[in-house]
Amino acid sequence: MGQIIFFSLLNGLVFGMLLFMLSSGLTLIFGMMGVLNFAHASFYMLGAYIAYTIGLKVGFWPGLVVAPLVVGVLGAAVERYGLRRVHRFGHIAELIFTFGLAIVIGEVVQLIWGRPAKSYDVPAALDFALFRVFGSSFPAYKGFMLLVSVVMFVFIFAILTRTRAGLIIQASLTHPGMVAMLGHNVPRVFMIVFGIGCGLAGLAGVIAGPVLGTFPGMAEVLGSVVFVVIVIGGLGSLGGAFVASLLIGILQTFAVALNVSVGNVLMALGVPASASASLHDMWKVTVAQVAPIMPYLLLILVLIVRPTGLFGTRET
Amino acid sequence: MSTPAAARPLAAAAAPRAGVVRRYGLWLVGAAVLVALPHVIRAGVAVPIMNQMGIAIVFALAFNMLFGQGGMLSFGHAVYFGLGGFLAAHALNLAVRNGLYLPVPLVPLVGGLGGLLFAALFGTFSTMRAGTVFAMISLGVAELMASSALIFDRFFGGEEGISTNRAKAPLLLGLQFTHDRQVYYLIAFWVFVAALAMYAFSRTPVGRMANAVRDNPERAEFVGYSQRWVRYVCFCASGFFAGIAGGLFAVNYEILNAENMGLGASGAVLFMAFIGGAGHFVGPIVGAIVYTFLQSMLSDYTSVWLLYLGLLFLTTVLFVPMGLVGVFMLHVPVWRSHRVGRLLGPYLLAALVGLVAVVGAIGLLEMIHFVVYADTTQMTKRLFWVTVPVRTVWPWLAFGALTVAGGLGLRWVAPRVVTAFAEASGLVSAR
Repeated sequence: MGQIIFFSLLNGLVFGMLLFMLSSGLTLIFGMMGVLNFAHASFYMLGAYIAYTIGLKVGFWPGLVVAPLVVGVLGAAVERYGLRRVHRFGHIAELIFTFGLAIVIGEVVQLIWGRPAKSYDVPAALDFALFRVFGSSFPAYKGFMLLVSVVMFVFIFAILTRTRAGLIIQASLTHPGMVAMLGHNVPRVFMIVFGIGCGLAGLAGVIAGPVLGTFPGMAEVLGSVVFVVIVIGGLGSLGGAFVASLLIGILQTFAVALNVSVGNVLMALGVPASASASLHDMWKVTVAQVAPIMPYLLLILVLIVRPTGLFGTRET
Repeated sequence: MSTPAAARPLAAAAAPRAGVVRRYGLWLVGAAVLVALPHVIRAGVAVPIMNQMGIAIVFALAFNMLFGQGGMLSFGHAVYFGLGGFLAAHALNLAVRNGLYLPVPLVPLVGGLGGLLFAALFGTFSTMRAGTVFAMISLGVAELMASSALIFDRFFGGEEGISTNRAKAPLLLGLQFTHDRQVYYLIAFWVFVAALAMYAFSRTPVGRMANAVRDNPERAEFVGYSQRWVRYVCFCASGFFAGIAGGLFAVNYEILNAENMGLGASGAVLFMAFIGGAGHFVGPIVGAIVYTFLQSMLSDYTSVWLLYLGLLFLTTVLFVPMGLVGVFMLHVPVWRSHRVGRLLGPYLLAALVGLVAVVGAIGLLEMIHFVVYADTTQMTKRLFWVTVPVRTVWPWLAFGALTVAGGLGLRWVAPRVVTAFAEASGLVSAR
């Protein structure tokens, strides 16, 4: 039991921090521009694929640096030539635009890299066991993922709270008109933030690709979970995104680790087994099977009970 | 099929006699077209495609009740389509096996009631808010149902889905549905009834209030309507008609699986409504026809058809957000003032330049697809009726040049088209 709890916590932390790399960019973009970037996870996928391609030529480490930069530039271009044009038609039009973009990026990835999953592997330098507890080992690469995401987190936090650029970004979050009045180029700030957000998603793709797999469906797998995270955390709230990322990350890894069926749980609570055929499906469902549903149940629950999310201060 | 009537309610009321023809004329023409179509287009493949179009029309109109009229963008409307379809398929199976008296023509109604039931359920929390929150809840519900479909095997039939057999169902008035053409008339009947009902709904007070709530919820509240209640009613009505479309799907294809209510299906219906023009009642009808046509045509010729549709969608969002019908309606005043002639020149030029760009881009994309997917021993590919040696540099240069030239040409011609239109429509006085 100790083994399950310890490793689930650790894996949950790794997954949660990965989610945070995506959700931090998404929530910053949303807070600032009111745009829910549907294609955010597509940039995550692009990061993984570009790093894979670079990795074929020059190895993993250059890819770790170059791929997020490329994805960031792509993101900035999307903002400059796409979103800015749609902006005048309102937020719903922007949402529709990013939805279309997600489809197009998904198709382009299949066009360029093909449909089968790519063998984007953990670099040899990190392919060893970091430590062993309770008879199981913890791979060094997961430790590396955790390290990268923590460094990223500290970095973002420092920029936002300690630098002048961060001050302007924070001001543009709440008072874009006033910031523009003071002579700052708010559209350019938007473009840069959008680019950085996409770059972060790209970085998440680079480090997650070897573990979670590099395949055309990887954006959909993570994309909707990231949406859930930022809603639960409170739209536009970085701290909320952080807490919700860890919450969802740990919740999902725990649920996957527990192999108990709904029937078992009810039996333990003293409810007799149901003989009715219509409920049979429900009865044999295991907690691991329910795991993919849980974030969405949580999302709906949060939206009903507390539409501002855990730490949000405003509704959309 | 009906917008001119929608544009002139006052005129119709002022002249009751002429009003009857004006009001119902287009519907009568629509009904006549529906009846005559299979006799006019006699190609064997046409009937299944028309059936598909009919289902898509009902679904897209239902979607637009929310999106166009109520301002609610749903990323999960296929949920109600799919659930309605599954319930209809199960009901049909009950009719076949357990002797429930449910003739085929009434199966879509079961689907509709199923869609209504789930819309009434999910609508309670979905419609609390409009805008982005609504869109996200709809996405959450869609993902929830997609994951649930993997769990509830008995209802959703797992990977192979739920199949049914319409031929063994009880008969109503001796009507048989064994051929596609018979099913076509069933679908045509429901398309007509559903479209008429949805149009009528848009004319009811609550349908009108949906527009008000979309445009200014605060003022709608001051008039005395609960914005949430208006949204809820619209949501339920929309779910009902989406369910009818799902029921038609079950009757037509006799099989449904979880993919029919997935994100892809929800995206497709958004595509239809948007590309046709969400601001007009006929928009989704045009969009559904165009989408179904493009999909069935393109998928015959290329395996990257979804990419082309996606690019077309993005182009529409970026440059013509009013959709096809919206563009058409913009030209009505120009037509009335007999100035269409002035537009012909610039439009022809733009079409020509656009064609160059599209041919170039398609060539490049198809060649990339060839390089990635084709066997390495294959050297050539048929593209635009020409055998292209893809593994040499020349076709890449040629199609690349076409793309760049077309793109630059479009940049040059676009402001001229806009100016020409502004002058023709009298927005700017001609020099």
